[in-house]
Amino acid sequence: MPAAVPPFETFYATHCDEVLSFLRRRAGRERADDLFQDTFLRALRAYDRLEHGEHLRAWVLTIAGRLVIDGARRERPQSELTDGPAVEDGRPPFEELAPLTDGLPPKERAAVVLRYGYDLGYDEIGTALGSTEQAARQAASAGVRRLRKEKGDTP
Amino acid sequence: MSPVPAPLDERFRAAAAAEGLLDVAYDILEDTPVGPLLVGVTDRGVCRIAFDPEPERRLEEFARLYGPRVLRSARPVDRVRSELDEYFAGRRHGFDLELDLRAAPEFHRRVLAELARVEYGHTTTYGALAARAGAPKAARAVGTVMNRNPVPIVLPCHRVVGANGSLTGYGGGLDRKEFLLRLEGGTL
Repeated sequence: MPAAVPPFETFYATHCDEVLSFLRRRAGRERADDLFQDTFLRALRAYDRLEHGEHLRAWVLTIAGRLVIDGARRERPQSELTDGPAVEDGRPPFEELAPLTDGLPPKERAAVVLRYGYDLGYDEIGTALGSTEQAARQAASAGVRRLRKEKGDTP
Repeated sequence: MSPVPAPLDERFRAAAAAEGLLDVAYDILEDTPVGPLLVGVTDRGVCRIAFDPEPERRLEEFARLYGPRVLRSARPVDRVRSELDEYFAGRRHGFDLELDLRAAPEFHRRVLAELARVEYGHTTTYGALAARAGAPKAARAVGTVMNRNPVPIVLPCHRVVGANGSLTGYGGGLDRKEFLLRLEGGTL
């Protein structure tokens, strides 16, 4: 049986420090404070709909990462947006990646999204998934292989 | 990894409560004459006062009974805190607080409703309370209800004593029962 959803206090106490330092790295110290509150309010709004307590670190880091990206988009001058969807250094933004990865097993999906949607390092993803850098690397590459197979591409 | 600064932490906890997102907000009143008290509040009212604020265990209990969105947050508990302060200072003889007793079985709620009528500075017996709850032979069951009283002090189970006037028992320990009765100036 998957782990039960812990009381929010326990979840918050376990992950708040890590979420704040993640946000500070990604968004800078100043914006991080606002995003911190938004992240956990968003988590709280969805919390009673969670079906189990697995992968909560990956889940909350995904929320935080999405807010960083959404915020960065809003702040970008309009002229830069006219060239079509915002794609920095060729990586698909999360919104495009998320539906594509719907069919993946949860761990592979989390690894793929955190790696290619948020540009997290494998060490960070390993931490987020409660496993190791090595396991995160394997999950991401297994996910990508599976996506290629589903699309019918040659590996 | 540096810890979340206190103002940021408190701002989030206040916002969570202000937006009405919590199933249970709780806080620990560290410094009362009967020791630390854990107080839990839902949108319906006070659901728990615990003498033994083992937060871990309480949080699991809150999540099971009311939902998983359980968070420590001072503001929703302010009213309970100030009424308890006044009570301990001897300035308050009754509480103006809504209670959330939905987790208690029906018989318990009936007995607790009668208990709420036992006035400040007075005592009653388990048997008398049982009779008033319509179950005159259930003195022992009433003892169990007192022992499991979710909101001691506010619902005054300390005012219920044995037929011979002995203190008998108290979920929070007999010392606390004696302290509360003396505070209220009743004769022991």
